[in-house]
Amino acid sequence: MDFRYTPAEEAFRERFLSWLSNNAPAGFGTRQYRPPSTWEERASEYRRFQRALFEAGYAGINLPRDYGGAQGTVMENLIVSELTGPIYVHVMGMCQIISLGLAAPTIFAWGNEEQKKEFLPKTLRGEIIWCQGFSEPNAGSDLANLSTRAVRDGDHYVINGQKIWSSFAHVSDWCILVARTDPDVPKHRGLSFFLLDMRLPGVEVRPIRNIAGDPEFNEIFLEDVRVPASMRVGEEGDGWKVALTTLGHERYLGELAMASAFMKEYEEMVEMAKGLRINGLPASKDPLIRQKLARCYVDLCVMRYNGYRNISKLARGETPGPEGSIGKLFWSEMHQRMTEIALDILGPYHQLEGSSKHAVDGGKWLGYFLRAKGNTIEQGTSEIQKDIVGERVLGLPKDPGRVSY
Amino acid sequence: MDFTFSEEQELLRQSARRFLEKECTVSFVKQVADAEAGFGRRTWQRMAELGWTGILIPEDYGGMGLTFVELGVVLEEMGRALLPGPYISTVILFGEALRLGGAEDQRQRYLPEIASGALWGTVAWAEPEVLYDTDRMQTRVSPSGGGIVLEGKKLFVTDAQEADIIVCVAGGRDGPSLVLLHPSEAPVRVTPLLIADKTAQLYEVSVDKALLQKDAILCGAQRAREVIEHLMNRISAAYALDMVGGGQRALEIGVEYAKTRVQFGRPIGTFQAIKHKCAECLMDVEGARSIAYYAAWAQDNDEKEATLSASVAKVFCTEMYRKVTKEVLQILGAVGFSWEHEIHLFLKRAKRLGALFGDTAFHQERLARRLGY
Repeated sequence: MDFRYTPAEEAFRERFLSWLSNNAPAGFGTRQYRPPSTWEERASEYRRFQRALFEAGYAGINLPRDYGGAQGTVMENLIVSELTGPIYVHVMGMCQIISLGLAAPTIFAWGNEEQKKEFLPKTLRGEIIWCQGFSEPNAGSDLANLSTRAVRDGDHYVINGQKIWSSFAHVSDWCILVARTDPDVPKHRGLSFFLLDMRLPGVEVRPIRNIAGDPEFNEIFLEDVRVPASMRVGEEGDGWKVALTTLGHERYLGELAMASAFMKEYEEMVEMAKGLRINGLPASKDPLIRQKLARCYVDLCVMRYNGYRNISKLARGETPGPEGSIGKLFWSEMHQRMTEIALDILGPYHQLEGSSKHAVDGGKWLGYFLRAKGNTIEQGTSEIQKDIVGERVLGLPKDPGRVSY
Repeated sequence: MDFTFSEEQELLRQSARRFLEKECTVSFVKQVADAEAGFGRRTWQRMAELGWTGILIPEDYGGMGLTFVELGVVLEEMGRALLPGPYISTVILFGEALRLGGAEDQRQRYLPEIASGALWGTVAWAEPEVLYDTDRMQTRVSPSGGGIVLEGKKLFVTDAQEADIIVCVAGGRDGPSLVLLHPSEAPVRVTPLLIADKTAQLYEVSVDKALLQKDAILCGAQRAREVIEHLMNRISAAYALDMVGGGQRALEIGVEYAKTRVQFGRPIGTFQAIKHKCAECLMDVEGARSIAYYAAWAQDNDEKEATLSASVAKVFCTEMYRKVTKEVLQILGAVGFSWEHEIHLFLKRAKRLGALFGDTAFHQERLARRLGY
């Protein structure tokens, strides 16, 4: 057991930090910094930053050089993930998450040589932003129930249907899509996985606003969209397997990136509490607020060291055990507690929108709080996570009335 | 970065579990709880033979010279087994006070005896009214003639009756000092406290104007503050590890029951109301494990993190152990509410460990100060 970096890792970290100081968005990290407020700006900031990362050799650290990766170590990946996490989360609205966290590793694991050569380098250098076409109006947690159809027609598939809750689809270039190719077999066996060019005729994107008023996600309507058969990933009928590939590395590193972004949120929260005066004193001197801030720090440490346990296993070539399954459940609930505390500290100031002259930190804490409500829903609700942990980790028997997952 | 235990550490865990499964069975702990048995010197001697009493003591003083990580492995297993007895009092409180705060002659005199299992000790810290606030200690030490005089009242002292030596935290002109007290040679009254957790013994210790030699002062002034800080870190990390072991075991009891108990024609573990409780408990146990292991490592490797991680671990593990024992009791239903079942022993241990040596509010305030607000 040793939590120190080796001299080589320390040197890598220094190099990357110095690179970052010249390439991070200008002003990021200062209290005055205001992140972009539209998805178009976020996406273009992402493309710029990702291209710079790629050119400096810091993109796709765990992918081979042949596909544009940096072929580095797990620890290098950890270092870059922790240091870039706050930028992806707080500047770019996480619009990298499907591209780097899902599309690239899935294509690497399941794609054929042409697909890997075509899509991986472009994805790693931010040329392609991916969105996800999984959920449908009648297929949320019960993903296998989806009904978007893909019908083979010569060397194409013709796709019809509707996807929903697709984050930043309106600024995305491509979509990883699951559609039903065979309606006559048990639900999750009839699915296939496609790479969909969002510019194809018949693809229509309509934004949906989240509770923060942000048009973050979208409906995607697909009407007679002709997708070349070469854009299918895996065999026909393998869609379920491909979609649910255990993406160990990316998931665990993604969680560490979030942990470091949340740690930064906490530090900003402490500064906010120091600056805000209640009863003539800084809020940070209020005994109850001190308790709550310290409790946030406790939670964040747990999230961070859960993450390190996972990474440490990966670095030794092992698969994380129970600690690997609980990450999403823990951080999503934790982030809700944490952002709620921020509003508690602000008292009546919490409700002011950014344009108010009394607003604190541009009203961002309300935005964080509202956005965090999605954390326990997106990418598998807490209830689904608990079923998975209960059944696959603790070995509890499954509900006899439930069909599948 | 490496978060895994070495092969030697894994072997230590296996041998600790085997030993405790034999020497500290559930029925033995229940007998202790019903005052039909007590923790004896015989078991202690066998623990000493395994080297456990000297894990942190350097080899030059007859110990094993290992780190807090190895100690943590043993502590987790002890928590799992609900081990009664003065291990934490002697090895962590008393042993570390001497190792870190003692002069060379004191170390030479006492450390080998702790390692060999010959000596039991504890630290008397908490007081009525001030609990653990070392700047407000009402137990006072003052010079008197060529010696010192010690006077005051301590509360919630662990394992004091069995202790050959008690280290007292006392206030003086230059702040707190640590004073060595031999209960058999001084006007000391040790009164047992009747407490809920029968796997532990707590006492009130009254010292009535004890005239002691000057060398009874283990350390004072700045050094005493540092040692007290270390002791708070180490006891917090130790309790955290005990709680991880206990929380894990309690969860296993609940999950096993959920798999086998059938109601409405199906195991109750098929119901989400039960399954989700188990999943939430696992999430907390694993989080507690991550932070407790890190705190154990930090104790010998990172001065600043030793303090932060110890308080973080104490807070989170306390919450985890309370939650797990509460939920498992609920899963067990009426069975869990009965004296016969062992879950109440875990529940009461959770409450005791959470409250001693700084409760959640104490550690969160400690964190707030260290983190600069």
